[in-house]
Amino acid sequence: MSEAAEAAALAAALTGDEPVVLADRPDGTVVRIGDAVVKAHGEDTDVAALAARVRAAAHPALAGVLLPPLPPLPPGTVSLLHDGRPATVWPYGAPVDPEAVPWEAAGALLARLHAVPPAVPGPLPPAGGPARAARALARLRAARLPSARAAVRDAAARILATPVPVRSVALCHGDFHLGQLVRYPADGGVWRLIDVDDLGIGDPAWDLARPAAWFAAGLLPAEDWHRLLHAYQTAAGTGGEDPWPALDGPARVLTAQCAARALVRAAATGRPPEPEDEALFISCLRIAALP
Amino acid sequence: MQCPKCRAPMHTFNRSGVQIEQCSGCRGIFLDYGELEHIAQLEANWAPQAAAPPPPAPPQQPYPPAGGPAWGAPQHGHHHGGHHYPRRKKGGMSGLFFSS
Repeated sequence: MSEAAEAAALAAALTGDEPVVLADRPDGTVVRIGDAVVKAHGEDTDVAALAARVRAAAHPALAGVLLPPLPPLPPGTVSLLHDGRPATVWPYGAPVDPEAVPWEAAGALLARLHAVPPAVPGPLPPAGGPARAARALARLRAARLPSARAAVRDAAARILATPVPVRSVALCHGDFHLGQLVRYPADGGVWRLIDVDDLGIGDPAWDLARPAAWFAAGLLPAEDWHRLLHAYQTAAGTGGEDPWPALDGPARVLTAQCAARALVRAAATGRPPEPEDEALFISCLRIAALP
Repeated sequence: MQCPKCRAPMHTFNRSGVQIEQCSGCRGIFLDYGELEHIAQLEANWAPQAAAPPPPAPPQQPYPPAGGPAWGAPQHGHHHGGHHYPRRKKGGMSGLFFSS
């Protein structure tokens, strides 16, 4: 039985509904059955770290910020599939409509998450952002890319290999993007953060670095970026401060990480990169050209 | 389009109403017919303003300008110029919905 099928069977046993596969990637398979969502995590997942992260999502200090795991499994309980992959169970929430992104809610949720004292939800591993960047660099170095891409590859590799100083420490999501927001309950509920796989202790600027990278590449309209930033800074009490001294390093890394992913994907599939990827490539070249 | 020099893909920018293509490989810039003249004209129109008294302060914005990084895309340099770029077509943000 495949991981997706096994995850579906686990959720079906809990709810009795028909399964729908929401995502099936090497780092995780997500299946929805009725009001429940089962995630089969990647086979290299650290089960103890995942259990600590799931417990944090169930902690009262994070109520209304992170979507909590679904009962009846006790918080922090991680089921193991037959191949040893861990699985977790969550309530279903409605995803973001790309035409109506809740930028204010996103900014406020991240600020609330970062304001939770890191020790309160219990001991947690480091947030996953820097480790994701390291994996992207390893995949980039292992990929065979056309020579026309050498300049972009070298720029991205150099950015990813450059250490980013940690300026402050907080409880972080670790992999924030617009797919990490759901409205729960699905009809008319409030926005919550999902996906605790990279939750942990780190520099909070990394959680804003993906949209910051898109803004810096000219892909995210300034108006949208300022809605997110304004909501974040208002909730964090840092309104009016220049965010870029803190954002610059992590935003460079996320630019290079997403560019690296696009290069590797284009090489693997033989399909040309999207215009969006090209904008990130140009960003990498601009960063590499800095004195 | 492909760069005529190194064959890498070229990315289109709009600067002050002028379309320019920049190569993602060698960073060379490609101008269409008439674009160089357009830039020269913009430069000529701009020069007298440089000697004129400073322009009035920009109107109050809904959010304080939060700037951008030194390596930001070209349009960020025009933040105070009152020049409005069209919103990107949808699709420019699709990568913001997935892990990388």
